[in-house]
Amino acid sequence: MSLGDTTMGELRELMARYPQPRSALLPMLHLVQSVEGSVTAEGIETCAELLGLSTAEVSGVATFYTMYKRRPMGRHHVGVCTNTLCAVMGGDAIFERLKDHLDVGNDETTEDGAVTLEHIECNAACDFAPVLTVNWEFMDNQTPESAVDLVDRLRAGETVHSTRGAEITSWREAERVLAGFEDGRADEGPSAGPASLAGLEIAAERGWQAPPLDTDQGTATAAATESPEAAAAEADTGRAEDETVAEESPADVEGGEAEEQS
Amino acid sequence: MADTLTPVLSRGWADERSWTRAAYEERGGYDALRTALDTAPDDLIALVKDAGLRGRGGAGFPTGMKWSFIPQDNPKPKYLVVNADESEPGTCKDIPLMMANPHELIEGVVIASLAIRAEQAFIYVRGEVLHVVRRLRAACREAYEAGYLGEDVLGSGRRVDLVIHAGAGAYICGEETALLDSLEGRRGQPRLRPPFPAVAGLYASPTVINNVESIASVPSIVRGGIDWFGSMGTEKSKGFTLYSLSGHVKRPGQYEAPLGITLRELLELGGGLRDGARLKFWTPGGSSTPILTDEHLDVPLDYEGVGAAGSMLGTKALQVFDQTTSVVRCVLRWTEFYKHESCGKCTPCREGTWWLVQVLQRLDRGEGQAGDIELLLDLCDNILGRSFCALGDGATSPITSAIQYFRDEFEAGMHTPTAELFPPAASTLFGTPQEATR
Ligand SMILES: Cc1cc2nc3c(=O)[nH]c(=O)nc-3n(C[C@H](O)[C@H](O)[C@H](O)COP(=O)(O)O)c2cc1C
Ligand code: SF4
Ligand code: FES
Repeated sequence: MSLGDTTMGELRELMARYPQPRSALLPMLHLVQSVEGSVTAEGIETCAELLGLSTAEVSGVATFYTMYKRRPMGRHHVGVCTNTLCAVMGGDAIFERLKDHLDVGNDETTEDGAVTLEHIECNAACDFAPVLTVNWEFMDNQTPESAVDLVDRLRAGETVHSTRGAEITSWREAERVLAGFEDGRADEGPSAGPASLAGLEIAAERGWQAPPLDTDQGTATAAATESPEAAAAEADTGRAEDETVAEESPADVEGGEAEEQS
Repeated sequence: MADTLTPVLSRGWADERSWTRAAYEERGGYDALRTALDTAPDDLIALVKDAGLRGRGGAGFPTGMKWSFIPQDNPKPKYLVVNADESEPGTCKDIPLMMANPHELIEGVVIASLAIRAEQAFIYVRGEVLHVVRRLRAACREAYEAGYLGEDVLGSGRRVDLVIHAGAGAYICGEETALLDSLEGRRGQPRLRPPFPAVAGLYASPTVINNVESIASVPSIVRGGIDWFGSMGTEKSKGFTLYSLSGHVKRPGQYEAPLGITLRELLELGGGLRDGARLKFWTPGGSSTPILTDEHLDVPLDYEGVGAAGSMLGTKALQVFDQTTSVVRCVLRWTEFYKHESCGKCTPCREGTWWLVQVLQRLDRGEGQAGDIELLLDLCDNILGRSFCALGDGATSPITSAIQYFRDEFEAGMHTPTAELFPPAASTLFGTPQEATR
């Protein structure tokens, strides 16, 4: 075995995080990919040995999940969502354009080894359609032109930022985070993309809000302090009231009384 | 009457560094945990039950009731597993929630764990969302540092540990028993029920599995109480929820509103459909919920209302398509998805989805054969109710509902390709809808 002492230590560390070590198998395979560039035969043997499983059992797991790659990957994984909503909004056109531009088919890597292209399923970002991912970071609201520009910059080694995430690293570095090791980039990027804030912004414009929290049942004492103008301000002013109410009558907010009343 | 939009979960999403512990505490975060620690576990369960919170992962099962099924006399450890696999096509609410406000979920995890007396919890998040995994890991670390998690939660002597677990790409792992197998390091295939997870779930121990939004709703219920929660929503569908609007609309995105708002209201808020567009069809709650049409604009989007209209509220993923869109093309693409994601465990789904794709492909090409519509319906009939899990049932929903409302488009598939009837370029957001209707 030549996965290296550090990696072996990290694989054992993952196993120790769970009540039963086998639960670490998915994270372990993510780590193997991150180190080896794909799920190698050696990686499978190592996982099997550490967990006391047969290599067939581990292979059976590795082949079940689409994120595990049995062929060497490019430096970057570019995913194009072609599930229905994105496909119709333009994902199909983007995927065709990228295959053509990069001269690769689905799940193939460019000659320079920079990009592996794959069409992906709905990535829970439909309100940002059409959506791409780079190393599983969001690239929202794409067009064929923006997608071509994106892959060109990736191939040229330029710095690229996710539209709703961090600076793009590499597929391998991403796999390491997925395995369970932080990379210190959680604080990069915005809280939310524009679409995520659509309802919040409309509510703020119109002065709409949820009924105030942390009041005695039936008395809306915090109502006056909530500012309809801005959602952010609302959260802050609500806070001062919260503390008083919560400290004075911790049991009231639990709602037991209301149950009897109704 | 509550306001039209009621941001609770999304309330702080625009705040500076909203994902950090400091920002969450600033908005009253973790106050509910302190209350919960002073509350008997059974009272917490009763609170969530009496508030009327129903699961936001699709089925709408009452959350407090699910918690009450955990047999407390069972000597085995209890587990809480949060389903953050969000992969149902169209569904896009949990991911922005965890990106902008992971601490509200973590506070919910601790409270729910206290209620069901679990000392170990897991968040099973799909792997394809790197930045969300980062934010969850960072939030989990911060919660440990502050003593909200760990062997002695806020000095109470109660223990709650949390592991953030990234999946590896498989829609079926959102199905709760497949998720458990996956979390045990196996292929994600559904389990036979009974036994139900409440009795024999993770490691054959009592386990509660809840959706992200369900668990994240718990802290505000603890703070606001039963009447507060019930002041939003309808008689049987109480509270606030995230509606996700996508497709041919001017302002796609997340709209947090009391249950029971209508699509017409939501569309009006966001300026309607894109210019020149007319509503053709939409899904109320992801691709597994039967499609609806412009007849259904005023259906209350709650469990009962959508059910009465012949569909399901599901995940409240409102995917909106205008008149440029081919129904057959959409149904084919969804069916290809189900075929790809079928875990292969049972024959009706494994073989049935394969056949469905064959038939839909030829209709899409304009090469349909006489009897193909009946064949589709017959295949669906053999899958629905005969599959091992709800993936198979869900696969039939778009097909049978699309034939119900747009049979003529399937008929047209006998002779004309969809791409001729509905040029795809006109549907894209970088095209214009007028092109197709000229
Ligand atoms: C194929 C399939 C996929 C599912 N995917 C998800 C999912 O991604 N997230 C989720 O919360 N529930 C999903 N569910 C529903 C879960 O099985 C389960 O009902 C839910 O997590 C329970 O949580 P709740 O009671 O809080 O809604 C899926 C179900 C099926 C059949
Ligand atoms: S219905 Fe489909 S996904 Fe569910 S168990 Fe059967 S083959 Fe697997
Ligand atoms: S369909 Fe593309 S992200 Fe949902």
